[in-house]
Amino acid sequence: MTELTLSLGIGVLVGSGVWLLLRPRTYQVIVGLSLIAYGVNLFIFSMGRLRSGVPPVLDGSGIVDPAAYTDPVPQALVLTAIVIGFATTALFLVVLLVARGLTGSDHVDGREP
Amino acid sequence: MQLANHLDIAPIILPLVTGAFLLLFDERRHTFKSLVNVASTLGLLVIAWLLVAQADVEGSMASVYLLGNWAAPFGIVLVVDRLSALMLLLTALLANAALVFSLARWHKGGQHFHSLFQFLLMGLNGAFLTGDLFNLFVFFEVLLAASYGLMLHGSGVTRVRFGMHYIVVNLGASMLFLIGVSLIYGVTGTLNMADLAVRIPAVAAQDRALLEAGTAILGIAFLTKAGMWPLCFWLPGAYSAAAAPVAAMFSIMTKVGVYAVLRLSPLLLGARAGDSASFGDIGLLTAGLVTMAFGTIGVLASQAMARLASYSVLVSSGTLLAAVGMADAGVTAGALFYLVSSTLTIGALFLLVELVDRSQDPAANILAVTMEAYGDDPEEEEVVEEVGVTLPATLAILGLCFVLCGLLLSGMPPLSGFLGKFALLSAALSTGDDNAISGMAWAFFAVLIISGLFAMVAMLRVGIRTFWAPPIEGVVPRVLIVEFAPIALLLALCVVMTINAGPVMAYVDATSQSLHAPDAYIEGVLSARQVPSPKMEAGL
Repeated sequence: MTELTLSLGIGVLVGSGVWLLLRPRTYQVIVGLSLIAYGVNLFIFSMGRLRSGVPPVLDGSGIVDPAAYTDPVPQALVLTAIVIGFATTALFLVVLLVARGLTGSDHVDGREP
Repeated sequence: MQLANHLDIAPIILPLVTGAFLLLFDERRHTFKSLVNVASTLGLLVIAWLLVAQADVEGSMASVYLLGNWAAPFGIVLVVDRLSALMLLLTALLANAALVFSLARWHKGGQHFHSLFQFLLMGLNGAFLTGDLFNLFVFFEVLLAASYGLMLHGSGVTRVRFGMHYIVVNLGASMLFLIGVSLIYGVTGTLNMADLAVRIPAVAAQDRALLEAGTAILGIAFLTKAGMWPLCFWLPGAYSAAAAPVAAMFSIMTKVGVYAVLRLSPLLLGARAGDSASFGDIGLLTAGLVTMAFGTIGVLASQAMARLASYSVLVSSGTLLAAVGMADAGVTAGALFYLVSSTLTIGALFLLVELVDRSQDPAANILAVTMEAYGDDPEEEEVVEEVGVTLPATLAILGLCFVLCGLLLSGMPPLSGFLGKFALLSAALSTGDDNAISGMAWAFFAVLIISGLFAMVAMLRVGIRTFWAPPIEGVVPRVLIVEFAPIALLLALCVVMTINAGPVMAYVDATSQSLHAPDAYIEGVLSARQVPSPKMEAGL
């Protein structure tokens, strides 16, 4: 059930993100990019296999049983991807505002078709 | 650990520290900032040269630097082999030229040019050095973030508009990059390139489709950056809108995409990859040929010189991708030679375009096109007595550089452009068994020759219209020596490559051999040992 929910969630996020990305207004594009980024982050997370209620970090005492832990690497990757995605989206937001100011239009080509 | 062992990471640390340091000073102290930037970029050149010398030792394994002192595949590694050292050197050479050029006026054209320039170098160097897929993503983002800033450097409506397209396309490609990397991780459980090469042959049959999907998606991300058709429509606009020194630096940014394909394709999907061997090679070859054709048509159709240079970037990318798709050591060697030569040439051309454009009215270009199209009668002009045109010295020198660029781009003898294409073609025609030349090799041959011819035609047309018979008299541009010197340097490097073709070819041959037989690379990365910490040495 968790698998189904997660894959549906990723599908809906990325699907609507791609649709928005192909729209002509810059605001739609940036929202689309953010949605795709969320979908992709969930996707990376799911690549470490879905486990709930297990820690990713070893507690360091006694013999370690790997089966009792979840894969920490995708979690670290997601963290990095979130930070980078956040920064680049913020940067894009600035460019979007500059373009709006310079061209007087929020069309991606800087002028109405 | 001696200081020399840390040389591997110096190409990342030095620009990082310099870039951060320069943020502390405001824009009014631009002389100081320029000096620091130049010193650091020259330092990079020295480091890159030392690394090339270190990598170019017969039979040596790749030099491996364990970040955080965790042995591979658990920690992230930096790897210096011949290919990465070559790319570092190329980056440093181009960076020095572009930086010196920018000192004439561009560096004052906006905020934080020097810091962004250094961060761009850090990202480029990191991408060339890293031996880890996710770390590659991080360095890609570093270089892209810096390039977004540089793309917009100088501001203006055109730059902002094309810069926005550039950013959106690259953000989209980054998402694909992440999906590809995580798919590969999900199947193999590792991100270390050398470890991947070991594990891919053992991937179970039912997971193989997923793995190949992952590599394909990852490939799409690289190919977007490399400007493969049909993922390249953002490129001509963005490159011709960028400021000249930035555009010159961008000519190596498409090569980062090519580098990633060149590194990963033989390593992960080479002969040893079992069922996935040579996955995607045919697609790469075909797409490369189409890119070359598209770029060639673009070169021929361009009226403005900056667009001509941008389409030349596409031709160069297409040639390299097609060559990588052939998956043959000889062709790859030719491709590497061509890569160095064409990157230097296109860098020089972007710088030159800015100087030449200065001699013309903005309206002159459009008028020239109109005059060509609507009959500017040659007969009428014959009344003018034929005494020959006197060229001002500046224009003569610029014209000479332009001729050299034309020779290099079209691959006419005697310069390095010719040698690169010759090496490519002679290797492409001798692949396969029994001297039978494959249809694809013929197609490659034809497209490469035709693209050279058309580049020649386009350059001649632009050259005649600009230098010999400008339809509208322009003004003689004021060219400073710091603007001319970098162009001369880049072109001189091409000449040096021609004269020293022997050693350079030997180097790229060795590079290509080790790319296609990556055992030394894999062995080197996986056998790198941790450095004992002082505590351990003291026996605690």
